[in-house]
Amino acid sequence: MARTAARTVRAKLNGIEVVVPEGTTILEAAEKVHLKIPTLCKHPDLPPTAACGICIVRVKGTNQMPRACCTPLEEGMEIQTHEPEIVEIRRKVLELILSKHPNECLTCGRNGTCELQRLASDFGIRQQSLPSIVPDLPKDESTRTIVLEPRKCITCGRCLTVCQELQNVWALSFLERGIDTRMAPAGDILLADSPCISCGQCSAHCPTGAIFEYDETERAWELLRDPELHCVVQIAPAVRVAIGEAFGYPPGTNLTGKLYAALRYMGFDTVFDTNFGADVTIMEEGTEFVKRFQDNQGELPLITSCCPAWVDFMEKYHSDMIDHFSTTKSPHEIVGVLTKTYYCERKGLDPAKVRVVSIMPCTAKKYEIQRSDDMFASGYQDVDLSLTTRELARMIKQAGIDFSSLPEGECDPMLGLYTGAGTIFGTSGGVLEAALRTAHKLLTGEEFDALEFQPARGLDGVKEGKLTILGREVRVGVAHGMGHVEDVLDRVRAAKENGDEPAYHMIEVMACPGGCIGGGGQPYGITDALRLQRAKGLYTDDREREFRRSHENPYVQALYSSFLGNPLSEKAHRLLHNSYKPKPTYRR
Amino acid sequence: MAKLQKDDLEGIIQRHRGSSRDWIAVGMGSCGLAAGADAVYRALEDGARERGLEIDVRRTGCLGACHAEPLVEVQVEGVPKTLYGHVSAEWVDLILDSHVQLKRVVSRLAVPEIAERLTTCNDREQPEPGRQYKIVTRNCGAIDPESLEEYIASGGYQALRRCLSELTPDQVIAEVERSGLRGRGGAGFPTGVKWRLTREAQGAEKFVVCNGDEGDPGAYMDRSVLEGDPFSVIEGMTIAAYAIGASEGFLYIRAEYPLAVARIESAIRSAKLAGLLGKNILGSDFSLNLEVRLGAGAFVCGEETALIASIEGKRGTPRPRPPYPSVSGLWGGPTCINNVETLANLPPILSKGAEWFRSIGTEKSPGTKVFALTGKVRRPGLVEIPMGTPLRTVVEEIGGGPLPGRKIKAVQTGGPSGGVIPANLLDTPVTYEDLAALGSMMGSGGMIVMDDQDSIVDITRFYLGFCVEESCGKCAPCRIGGRQMLTILERLSEGRGTPEDLEQLRQISKTMQAASLCGLGKSAPNPVLSTLRYFPEEYERAIAPAKANA
Repeated sequence: MARTAARTVRAKLNGIEVVVPEGTTILEAAEKVHLKIPTLCKHPDLPPTAACGICIVRVKGTNQMPRACCTPLEEGMEIQTHEPEIVEIRRKVLELILSKHPNECLTCGRNGTCELQRLASDFGIRQQSLPSIVPDLPKDESTRTIVLEPRKCITCGRCLTVCQELQNVWALSFLERGIDTRMAPAGDILLADSPCISCGQCSAHCPTGAIFEYDETERAWELLRDPELHCVVQIAPAVRVAIGEAFGYPPGTNLTGKLYAALRYMGFDTVFDTNFGADVTIMEEGTEFVKRFQDNQGELPLITSCCPAWVDFMEKYHSDMIDHFSTTKSPHEIVGVLTKTYYCERKGLDPAKVRVVSIMPCTAKKYEIQRSDDMFASGYQDVDLSLTTRELARMIKQAGIDFSSLPEGECDPMLGLYTGAGTIFGTSGGVLEAALRTAHKLLTGEEFDALEFQPARGLDGVKEGKLTILGREVRVGVAHGMGHVEDVLDRVRAAKENGDEPAYHMIEVMACPGGCIGGGGQPYGITDALRLQRAKGLYTDDREREFRRSHENPYVQALYSSFLGNPLSEKAHRLLHNSYKPKPTYRR
Repeated sequence: MAKLQKDDLEGIIQRHRGSSRDWIAVGMGSCGLAAGADAVYRALEDGARERGLEIDVRRTGCLGACHAEPLVEVQVEGVPKTLYGHVSAEWVDLILDSHVQLKRVVSRLAVPEIAERLTTCNDREQPEPGRQYKIVTRNCGAIDPESLEEYIASGGYQALRRCLSELTPDQVIAEVERSGLRGRGGAGFPTGVKWRLTREAQGAEKFVVCNGDEGDPGAYMDRSVLEGDPFSVIEGMTIAAYAIGASEGFLYIRAEYPLAVARIESAIRSAKLAGLLGKNILGSDFSLNLEVRLGAGAFVCGEETALIASIEGKRGTPRPRPPYPSVSGLWGGPTCINNVETLANLPPILSKGAEWFRSIGTEKSPGTKVFALTGKVRRPGLVEIPMGTPLRTVVEEIGGGPLPGRKIKAVQTGGPSGGVIPANLLDTPVTYEDLAALGSMMGSGGMIVMDDQDSIVDITRFYLGFCVEESCGKCAPCRIGGRQMLTILERLSEGRGTPEDLEQLRQISKTMQAASLCGLGKSAPNPVLSTLRYFPEEYERAIAPAKANA
């Protein structure tokens, strides 16, 4: 609801006076005066679902106990947040929730990060006073990206808010009623048969282990333990500014050097960087743009395709946009295929004995590595395994690495050295910004002097900007969060139908709010504040790089001159590009 | 019927009064039909035709004496109007031959005491102590629910005519506020205030909604009104829409009420044809379109935010309030949701005036309340009583008291989430406040009588079981608390309870009351708490054997 910020309300919380803008919830007001009302279903990133009842407070003079998460503070209210009766009721609610939750903390992926576990600990729950009524519901591992374990679901409704409102995917729903209410793919089908796009936002917001990434850390250790294999790893842009949160670093701290070192400690033979792949993506995609913009070869706008959840969403819901899609593969696929061709050739390695692991902020990348035959362009699976940031954090701990005292390491530069353009791929607007830096050069022969393209930055769901190249107006758009993409596409369609000038010339779309820094595989607890901090980490990295334009990367130049030829060459096409097909939903 | 103008109503009334044809009316509400009224109706039609009788065979709704259905009322010139009860098709020939042709009342079938109680109670301006008084059900059983003409002839649409020609929307709201009418769906929120809030709320499109999702076990007040007098609900909604500034409205009726749905749909069609719905109602510049939406059977969809979600096509679960529907309801527009009974009160209030309405009932609870009186009484049925009438009057005088040889133990009011009131408190007057003070509530009007053969623990388990079954599952206290309490009650009713069980019941009840999101969850423990309060000995008996074993 839109707030009219002009008016304020004055009220008291536990006797402490507070003045807040009208519309502020009791929960938000309490934070202002350093009071922490316990919550469970409320996620700071999402509108309240009001499901759990843990955050009830007492309003003096009434017998109502409203939920702090969704009740606006009113003028003159006197709120008690922690009187004994309230605490007792909260405790009972928690006991009720625990009676329907399996006692499997020690073997649960969320052990240590579970919000229910933390609350039980804070409340000092020492015994189970009610009989356990955990339902017998099967796990759903059908997508191999996200695992649903409805037994562990506390029906908080966050995942539904995420899937339906934030992402507009509508794969998840509540089925049945009362005590049998359960989170499941709508229609009670397997998640793999649902419209799920594997963005993983549900798993990043789930308070318990009910929705969890498909854990492949064991598989990664198996690869690393195999003496026959040459293991190559690459890390995505957004991973470096988020993984620190799992080790006590402030959000946004750039830990690229430590990550390189840690990956070598873990036993990887070669450490590459997905940011290099991003630079190559820009060379290809930038050239595609030039062909469409200057030579009228292909549809405008050109729409970015490096986000696999977005690709899946488009194939399912907006397949009329296929011709607009850039055919360039995503950066980690590019590093994968180049490892098994270019790198193996140069190093004399047998690609059959090489395994590529990618560390991604993303659960959909687990799907992307096998999404079509194009992902086997090297003759082998180009990327063998994709792990999320969260999985890597666990592996670093499992490997006994003291991450905070670890000295910084280096990557292998052949497919590792990157530019500032590559690193900002990790934040919404970054791909567009990076593409403009190179497209400008390709179109004009001159460098784009406004390196930092501000209209593409920030957290507005849809961002638009204009610039002039060769006397022509170039209109660009950025959308992130699948819920925002429809507006942008409808503008494209309307212009097409009316025979108008294209609404945009280039559009960047990322499935996750904030882009990859807010990815579904990133550390828990995402908020807009956190997104901005992580993005800032990447923008700082960009400014500190020796090169800030993809085409300036000497290793990219070497790649083209000695292996690929030109962007969009026949070889580049074979290795670095892919195709799309419509995937109607709910059809088996 | 051609589109009516404001001045046309009087002509219809005169024309109707002028006709002096004889008639036979068959009560064909769900209760009558269940008892075989359809066969009686057909036999009457056939019999009248075979005999070549000049007589109208009419269908009416539920008169209220559901225990004596099928009911047939006969009006023949030269014979006193007579009500017959328990009529089956085999008695039809006797009624036609004797009453209609020979003008001799069939006294063995006549039920004068019912007629006295139910058809003449409104002949007086003011209610009499110990008797029913019909405002809401004034036309039920008296008129053909599918006949707009009969509705108008009985005074229908005078209120709307008055509103459209004499009152501004604000004046209509002021009149309703003055009447003191409170929502009959259960919570008793002042109807006029609800209207004012909706009128004052900002929003391009506003909606009126009739809540016909009656779902309490044993309750059928709304069904009877929808079946017996659908036009009064539609007229009430039209007045509400005029008052709040809506041009679109929905009647949300549960799909288990096919007859109510059919009658409402028929009434909407007739009203549209007559210019009483649609564009420029009664020639004014006020327009209203009404549509029926069927509820799929979830009890919680009677809760207004869940009802809104259901109409919007979403899963029927409540959402937090504020914002209240009067500010943000259907598709975000300000929405006024009134219960069937509330709406049926409006035409009389606006035609007879707020002062008249206030003169009935009590200061804080003016008017009447309709109850579906069921359970262990001699005369179960639909009753309408002035507010403030003692429960004892309802149970003993109107309901006829306990079954032979039995004693009344308790009365349950307020539906599954109401409370159980012990027999020694039957002198309590029926008002919102008095019932709440006993740990029960007015609710929508279910009233179930229990006698000394009923086990309180079993009854409580039944009611709680209903709420557990009907929990939408959204909030943890209701979803899990209800289930855990039911497990305990199941144990108790098998005599396997433990002393700790009672304390656990109290704790979970308190938690559900405080922390559930909607009224269903908050009130679901009421039967448990009220029976723990009034019948502790029955619970103690349920744990006694366990003690003996130890």
